[in-house]
Amino acid sequence: MSEFLPTGIQVTYLVASSLFILGLKKLGSPATARQGNLWAAIGMLLAIVATLLDRQVLNYELIALGLLIGTGIGAIAAYKVAMTDMPQMVGLLNGLGGAASALVAIAEFWHLLGSHSTISLDANISIILSVFIGGVTFTGSFVAFAKLQGLISGSPVTFPLQQPVNALLLIGFLVCSGYLLVVPDNLPVFLGMTALSLLLGILFVIPIGGGDMPVVISLLNSLSGVAAATAGFVVMNNMLIIAGALVGASGLILTEIMCKAMNRSLASVLFGAFGGSAAGVAAGAAGGDKSVHSIDAEEGAMMLGYARSVVIVPGYGMAVAQAQHAVRELGDQLEKLGVEVKYAIHPVAGRMPGHMNVLLAEANVPYPQLHDMEDINPQFEQTDVALVIGANDVVNPAARSDSSSPIYGMPILEVDKAKHAIVIKRGMSAGFAGVDNDLFYKEKTMMLFGSAKDIVAKLVAEVKQL
Amino acid sequence: MNEALIAAFFVFVLASFTGFEVINKVPPTLHTPLMSGSNAVSGIAVIGALIVAGPRDTNLSVILGLIAVILATVNVVGGFLVTDRMLQMFKKKEVKV
Repeated sequence: MSEFLPTGIQVTYLVASSLFILGLKKLGSPATARQGNLWAAIGMLLAIVATLLDRQVLNYELIALGLLIGTGIGAIAAYKVAMTDMPQMVGLLNGLGGAASALVAIAEFWHLLGSHSTISLDANISIILSVFIGGVTFTGSFVAFAKLQGLISGSPVTFPLQQPVNALLLIGFLVCSGYLLVVPDNLPVFLGMTALSLLLGILFVIPIGGGDMPVVISLLNSLSGVAAATAGFVVMNNMLIIAGALVGASGLILTEIMCKAMNRSLASVLFGAFGGSAAGVAAGAAGGDKSVHSIDAEEGAMMLGYARSVVIVPGYGMAVAQAQHAVRELGDQLEKLGVEVKYAIHPVAGRMPGHMNVLLAEANVPYPQLHDMEDINPQFEQTDVALVIGANDVVNPAARSDSSSPIYGMPILEVDKAKHAIVIKRGMSAGFAGVDNDLFYKEKTMMLFGSAKDIVAKLVAEVKQL
Repeated sequence: MNEALIAAFFVFVLASFTGFEVINKVPPTLHTPLMSGSNAVSGIAVIGALIVAGPRDTNLSVILGLIAVILATVNVVGGFLVTDRMLQMFKKKEVKV
């Protein structure tokens, strides 16, 4: 594949790579983000056009058809998807990218097999890596998608001997790969290696629960980049290597940020199967006769309406109930009454990085009202009412005080320091981590039971009458 | 290892460092757009797909390449458009304030 592509194509690739780097840079700042996305898109267009001019590319009609179909599906999906479904959308797109990279490697293998030339060791290693990473990204992303979409259970799926089975499959993969390095043109072993990669992708995501999804989605994002880069090694194309490496690095940064926000190592997210092991502890701890204070929407509205400052803490429950518009309306009504309204966003609230920010932006919540964890935590002591909507683990004081708790050490929003807290929740079930939440039993915490959307709508109606 | 492979490794490692430098310190508001935007960039696999789908034959290699072209194009187009849609919402709100 060491063809000398015409200089023009290479120069265009260089321009496109620069546009990717500048575009990603601009995506990092709110004022320039939209322009950055546009620049990256132009870079992609240039790269595609340049590749079409390659003298190896002759199959114009079918390629045009493929591009057209892909564009149609992509455009429709991008305009139809609801903002609450964004984590699934990103997961799905990751999977497609991974699948494409794996397919490129498989197609190249088939091509080399048919040409009866010997497959070099370099090419062989690249192909195996590309099939493995691309395959894992593909099936892993689809499992993540299915979990987020509710097609399969969002909680960790575990089975007996899970780790030994995984280890065995991994060893199987390594044996197949090792064999292929010695005997490259063995098709059955190659297919077996591919199947094992796909299976490993499924088994890698299936034991990971919903609350850990921000980490998984970021990691899969990173992997989709690495898959593209390895495909670049397969076809020896710098454009693929550069763009893939950029995405791999950015995904890794996000993964690290998410892990830090949960005070967990990547290994414990991937192999810990949270929830499952913690449930037993929680059940034991909840044995005591603790009581909660339950109020109705009218009392809740009184507390909110007569407060001086209210901090709203949204969580995954708000996303599930699609309550973001009702929440914005509540915020507006409270501001009319002279209440100071702020929103506190935990970095891992929701199912992907920045999930809450996207939803509140969709509902037109003014940007200056959104506060990061570091920013808002010192302010809770001066807050009259903290309104928790469908969040649980991220406001659990046990993370600060109880060293035996599975979430001990995780940075939380210090809602318990506010003068009062109102918690909107569907029932008393534990959060994703399977841990009981002391916040609910505190003297100054009021519970409002029901779906976030209904309750917030009732609160809006009651506040209007104040 | 041949020279081309060494050169490719240089490109890979340097691009990774560039990625780390460029994307450090992104505010949480932009985490989702950054992810979906970079996701669209990873659809660059479309280029590899175009190359393997290039020959004027109908063999399995070309067919797999064409499937890869479709999947990667969905990734690229869907990723960039959905990112733009999100960022548009962010923009609208900033103007209002």
